[in-house]
Parts: sequence; structure tokens; C-alpha cells
Amino acid sequence: MIETITTDIYRIFIEPISRAIYNVFIVHDRWAQWLSGLEMTLSVTFFALLLGLGIGLFISIIRVSHDAFEKPNIMLRLLNLIVKTYVSVVRGIPMVVQLAIWAFIVFAGSRNQLLTGIVAFGINSGAYVSEVFRGGISSIDKGQMEAGRSLGLSYPQTMFKIILPQAVKNCLPALGNEFIALLKETSIAGFVAISELTHVGNVIRGITFNPAPMVFVALIYLILVLFLEFLVRKMENKLSQSDRRSGKMVQRLKRKRLVKND
Amino acid sequence: MIKVKGLEKKFGELEVLRGIDEHIDQGEKVVIIGPSGSGKSTFLRCLNLMEFPTAGEIWFENEEVSKYRKGMDLNAHRRKMGMVFQHFNLFPHLNVVENIILSPVSLNRASKAQAIETAHRLLDRIGLSDKAKNYPATLSGGQKQRVAIVRALAMEPKVMLFDEPTSALDPEMVGEVLDLMKNLAIEGMTMVVVTHEMGFAREVGNRVLFMDEGVIVEQNDPETFFSNPKSPRLQDFLAKVV
Ligand SMILES: Nc1ncnc2c1ncn2[C@@H]1O[C@H](COP(=O)(O)OP(=O)(O)OP(=O)(O)O)[C@@H](O)[C@H]1O
Ligand SMILES: [Mg+2]
Repeated sequence: MIETITTDIYRIFIEPISRAIYNVFIVHDRWAQWLSGLEMTLSVTFFALLLGLGIGLFISIIRVSHDAFEKPNIMLRLLNLIVKTYVSVVRGIPMVVQLAIWAFIVFAGSRNQLLTGIVAFGINSGAYVSEVFRGGISSIDKGQMEAGRSLGLSYPQTMFKIILPQAVKNCLPALGNEFIALLKETSIAGFVAISELTHVGNVIRGITFNPAPMVFVALIYLILVLFLEFLVRKMENKLSQSDRRSGKMVQRLKRKRLVKND
Repeated sequence: MIKVKGLEKKFGELEVLRGIDEHIDQGEKVVIIGPSGSGKSTFLRCLNLMEFPTAGEIWFENEEVSKYRKGMDLNAHRRKMGMVFQHFNLFPHLNVVENIILSPVSLNRASKAQAIETAHRLLDRIGLSDKAKNYPATLSGGQKQRVAIVRALAMEPKVMLFDEPTSALDPEMVGEVLDLMKNLAIEGMTMVVVTHEMGFAREVGNRVLFMDEGVIVEQNDPETFFSNPKSPRLQDFLAKVV
């Protein structure tokens, strides 16, 4: 009796799963394909994020500076117009379509998957990151700029030494979330034959006539995202802790003690 | 030292300063009082060109600074005028010493080592040496404002502008900030102080100005100013605040 149950379990669960694992990962060294897919996903995400951060920072500084001056000069007005157009163009076109334009028009000759992916997602991400930074910068008290300028620092000096360090710190959790969103979004890169994780899974699904690879793909993304979310949350806690430790709370406590002492 | 001629400032349609003529001599302590919205802050901010006058001239040490609009001259002028704000505006991401040395070092006024030495000397003077490595958020309001004052002093300004430096402080901390300002006054610093502290105005001021609706309505030495106000508006105002 017990024997038949174990054989049933083996027949119904263990055997198909191990066969799937064998077919999907082991045969023809398919694990190597998986690994290179994962590597592509992570590289595209990481470098696109870097590119996006650079672009986003640049755009946000242009836009904030432009809005800060009563009469911005021609150069700044022109740059502002360009970056504003850039942001609305990028936000107005679906990512898949942007991807297709980069792959089939701009990089049509080169076929460099990694580069295509980084540029397409980085440029897209830049537009969103710029809004994050812009919010971060405008969340900084106006008195900070005033204090810097009144000490004789120039606008750029005040921006880079006083405003941005505080703004970037405030933005870190939002940027973490952008990182997560970007990671998931790269899963459409297979549309232009960039062999990232999802694409690899889908190809193997086609070869093996077995839907299991998509489940594995899902699990891998889930693990990655959960891990990143964990990091973001840790970062948020750390930030709010340092604010609390040094911030208003302490002052309030101090004041209470003072009141008590009186 | 500072000459203001026919100074006007508009924000759009709003006329905030409506013709101010004033001379401030080296070493003078000028106290400005007046109701909220009368343009006291705007006047101070025009002096160090944080705001640009819409009409009139500002002269500093025989140079017309109000024609500066940007760049080197402007920043150089601001360097000569320390400014202290109601809300301190310390840089929260930098510790006390870093707050003080940021500007001297960034502007190549001193090497980092020199600037740090100066910072410690200044902190010593205000009795906050032990807070050198603290972040602003761990300081009391009074301590913050005193650090803000020495941060401005680290640029070796020729004039100090104070915009209600004690208004945001708990009452028990007002004294320590006023004491530091009195010390500065005794050392001969030229000071322009917007404040509601009438005691300070009496004790330290050489001259008290009453500003209302964008003009200086009345001014006098503190004694006469408070004991014998002439204009009805000043009489009203003093009756309300004292
Ligand atoms: N940057 C600005 N843009 C538009 N209006 C402004 C600006 N700065 C000041 N004002 C206006 O100018 C008027 C005078 O402001 P100011 O701050 O100089 O007054 P104040 O005498 O310092 O008042 P308070 O005692 O409340 O500080 C106010 O009505 C204020 O709203
Ligand atoms: Mg004011």
C-alpha cells in the first residue's frame, strides 16, 4: 500500500519534474544558455540604470536650474527645451516600440545585443529617473540654496555640494524601485532577439515542447526582485533611522527633558 | 560703507520696497524693526544681492554693486556680507566643522587644514568645540544659530546681516545667540539686524529704523526712538510689541 503511494508520488510529481529539469537545464548544456540569459538581463539592467542615472541627473539639473532663474540664458533655455522634449517623447512611446526603433533602425547594422539593450532601456529610464531627481531636488528646503549663495558660493557649487547630496539621499529608495521596475521591464527585450532571461526561457520552451521553462523564468525573476526589495527596504530603514537618530525626535526628547528640568 | 539710493523692489505687481535711502557706516549697528510684510527681509536680501533691486542703487565701499547681475563680482560681493537666517539653514548632511569650512575651502580662501583650524578657533570661542563632529540635527536651536553665525564669520565678512536670528528659538535659547551678537558688536563688526528683540535694539543698536510698507518711516538713536516715537504708525507698532 505504502509502496504504491510512493510510486504514485514518484510517477505523478518527481518523475515529470526531474525530467523537466533534465530537459530544460541539463541536456545540451542548456544551463549555459540560462546563465548567459541571466547575465544579459542583469547586465542590461545594471548598465541601463547607470546610463539612466547619468541622463536623469543631467536632465533634472537642467530643468531645476532653468526654473530657478528669473531670466535663464539662451543656452539654458535651449537645453531645457531639448530635455523637456526628450522626456515627453520617451514617456509617450511604448517601451517595445522604442526597443524596436533602436534595434531595427539605429543599431540595425551592429547587432550588438548588449549595447542595444543598454541604450534602449537606459534612455527610457533616464526620463523617469529625471523626474525622481527633480522631485528630490525640489524637496530640499529653499533655505539651503539661500545659505550657500549668501556664503558666496556660485549656483553650481551650491547645487553640487549642498543640494544634490541631500536630494540624492532622499531619492535612493525611489531609485531602488526604478531598478526593480527596470529589471522586470528588460523581459521584453526578447522582442528584438536580445537573448535575455525571458527570451532564453521561451526559446527552450519551444525546443522542448514543455511549458516548464516559463515557470523557472518566473521563479528567477521573483527571487531577484524579492532580493532587491529586501535591499531597498534595508536602505529605507537605514535612512529613516539616521534621520530619526539625529533628527527632530531627538530634539523633541531633549526639549521634553528641558521642560522637565525646569 | 553701504549707501542705498532710491532702492525699489517689485515682485511682479507687488511693490515691496518703495524708495529707500540709507547710509550705513563702518562699524555701525543698525537695527530694523517693523510689521510683518513691511519688506525688512527683502531690504536685507537686496543688500547682499540675493534679490536684485528693480530701481535705485546700492553702493558698497565706493562701488556700485547693484549693477552686478551674475558671476564673479556678485559672488565676491556676497562673500563680504555674512547672512544669518531665522531658520539657521545649516547644511544637514555636513557636520559642524564641515559646515563652517565648506565655503572657505570651496572658494580657495584657505587650505583645508587652515580652514579647519579657523573653524576650531571659532567653535572654541562659542564654547562648542565638543560639537565639532556633530551633525546639525543633534544640536539645539541656539547651538545651531551660533554655528550658523560662525559659519558666516569664517568667510571674514565686512558686514553681518541678521534676519530675525532669534525668532525661531525657544525662549531659553535666545540669550546665548544675542550674547554672541553683542560680542560681535563690541569687536566692531558692522551689523544690520532685523529683530523683534527691543532690548537688543536698545542695548546694541547705534540706530533703529522703523520700516513700514516698503519705506523707512522713522529712525533715530535707540534712546529717542523708543522713548519719543514721532510717527503715529511707530507709536502704534511700539504699543503693540512692547
Ligand atoms: N520672492 C518673492 N516673491 C514674491 N513675493 C515676495 C517674495 N519675497 C517676499 N515677497 C513679498 O514681499 C513682501 C515683503 O516681504 P518681506 O519678507 O521682505 O517682509 P518682512 O518685513 O521681512 O516680513 P516678516 O516680518 O514676516 O519676515 C511680502 O508681502 C512677501 O509676501
Ligand atoms: Mg522677514
